[in-house]
Amino acid sequence: MAGQRMAGLKDATAIVGIGQTSFAKQLPEDERTLACRAVLAALDDAGIAPGEVDALASYTMEETDEVELAKAVGFGDLTFFSKIGYGGGGSCATVAHLATAIAAGQATVGVAWRSRKRGSGARPWTNTTRQLPTPAQWTRPFGLLRPADEIAMLTRRYMYEYGATRDHLFNVALACRNRANQNPAAIMYDRPLTREMYMTSRWISEPLCLFDNCLETDGALACVVVSRERARDCRRTPVYVHSAAQGLPAQHHGMVNYWNDDPLTGPAWTAARHLWKHADFTPQDVDVAQIYDAFTALVPLSLEGYGFCGRGEGGAFTEGGALEIGGQLPLNTSGGGLSEAYVHGFNLINEGVRQLRGTSTAQVPDAATCLVTAGEGVPTSALLLRS
Amino acid sequence: MLSPVTDTDGAPFWQYARQGQLRVQTCADCDETRFPPRPCCPHCQSFASEWRQVSGRGRVWSYVFPHPPLLPDYAAVAPYNVIVVELVDAPRIRLVGNLVSEAGAALNSLSPSRIRIEARVQVVFDADGLPQWVLERP
Repeated sequence: MAGQRMAGLKDATAIVGIGQTSFAKQLPEDERTLACRAVLAALDDAGIAPGEVDALASYTMEETDEVELAKAVGFGDLTFFSKIGYGGGGSCATVAHLATAIAAGQATVGVAWRSRKRGSGARPWTNTTRQLPTPAQWTRPFGLLRPADEIAMLTRRYMYEYGATRDHLFNVALACRNRANQNPAAIMYDRPLTREMYMTSRWISEPLCLFDNCLETDGALACVVVSRERARDCRRTPVYVHSAAQGLPAQHHGMVNYWNDDPLTGPAWTAARHLWKHADFTPQDVDVAQIYDAFTALVPLSLEGYGFCGRGEGGAFTEGGALEIGGQLPLNTSGGGLSEAYVHGFNLINEGVRQLRGTSTAQVPDAATCLVTAGEGVPTSALLLRS
Repeated sequence: MLSPVTDTDGAPFWQYARQGQLRVQTCADCDETRFPPRPCCPHCQSFASEWRQVSGRGRVWSYVFPHPPLLPDYAAVAPYNVIVVELVDAPRIRLVGNLVSEAGAALNSLSPSRIRIEARVQVVFDADGLPQWVLERP
C-alpha cells in the first residue's frame, strides 16, 4: 500500500462555469424557470452538456428540487445529490459537498444552484405557523421577530464590548455600494451611498438601520464543479477549490446565539480553523474576500473569525478604506448581498470566480486567492479559491 | 401578540411561569443549569433534570428597538424594546424579554432612554404568565 495517503480536497476540483439570471425586485418568471436558466448558463460557460451532469447540491430552503431541475434541463443519471440547511449558511457548502463527492469518486460533474424570489415573494418571518417551537418560543412572543432583530441584539453587545461604531458598519455598507456602482448587474448600480444617507436613514432594528440590511431580490445563480483533470479541458480558466469547510460550533444556537459562554464567537471561527488547517496560504495572503453580508455587522465578526484581525478588532479593521479596492482586503467586489443582490450568498461565489478569472467589474489587480464565506451567525461554510 | 408555541422540553418553563415562578432546567446529576431546555445534559449526558427556582434578578446583556415592517400587533406598539437578561443566579442563562414600566404593561411602556446594558432588572409576570422585566431602581 506504499504511496497511499489521504487525498484530501486541496485543489482536487475546480469551478469551471458560472451562470446567473438578471437581478430585480421582481422578475416575471417563476423560481423553477429562473433555476433552469442559471444552471444552463453555468453549463454553457463551462462548455459542458447537461447530459454530463451527475451531481447536484443546493440549500434545504431551495424550492426547486433535483427531480424538477433534472427533468427540465436534461441532466444525465445523477449519483450524488445533497442539500444543506441553515439558509445562507449553506452557500459555500454546496460547492464543498460537490468537491468532496467528486474528489471521492462519487460523481464527475456537479452543479450547485440557488433560485429565489425573495424580492417579490413573502418575507419568511411573516409566516408564524412554520416556525420551529425551539427556539422561537423563547424569542418571538417578546417581539424578537426577524433575523434583523436577532443580529441587532448581538451587534449592540459587540459595540458595547469592543467600541465598534456605526461608522464601522457604514464602512461595510459603503464598500459594498461602491463596488455595486461599478457592476451593471447590481441592483444598486446607479445609486451611490453617502454617510449622510446612512446616518439619517430609518431604523429597522436599532442599532441596525436600513443600509445595514441586505436587499430583497429575485434572481438565480449556479456554478459547475469538476475534477482538476477535467477542468483543464473546459472553456474557462479553472478556479480551484483550495480548501473548504463547514462550521457548527459546540453549544451554538443559530442567530439567537445568546446562550453560551461566548456569544460573539460564532460559526466563522469553527469553519476558519478547518479552512486554514488545510490551506497552503494564510489570511495575509488573501487578495480579495467575498464575505456574507445579510447584515453589515456580520462582516466585522467574520473578519475576526477568519483571522484577518484579532478579537474585537473587526470594527477598526474597516477604517481607512481597508475594504475598498486598493485597501488591505477588498470586499464583496460585485456589491454583495447589501448592494448587488441577496440570493443567500450565491452571488459571492460567482464573484469569487470572476475575480480569479480576472473578469470582475471591480477587478483586484492580479488576484490569485479569494475567501468566500457563507452566513455568519448560523451554521456556516466557507471556501478558499485560487487561480 | 404571539403566544409561546411550546415543546416537550420547554413546557415546564411556561407552566411554572403561569404560577409566577421563574425556574431553570438543571441537571439532577451534575447540577449544571442549561437553557434552552433539552432532553439531556451536554456536560454529563444525564437524562435526569429538575426545574430550579431562581431569584429573578438579572442584568441587561443587550437590547434592540424593532421598527416596522413587523407583524401587525407588534407594529402597533413599535418602536418597543427587546432585551436579553443575564440571570444573577446563573450568568450563562440569558432570557429574551421586554423591559416594562410595571407588570402587565405594554412593550413600549418604558422610555427608551432608561435602558442600558448592565442595568439591574427583576422578573415580573403579566396576566398570561409571560415573564417581563422591570428596573430594580425605577
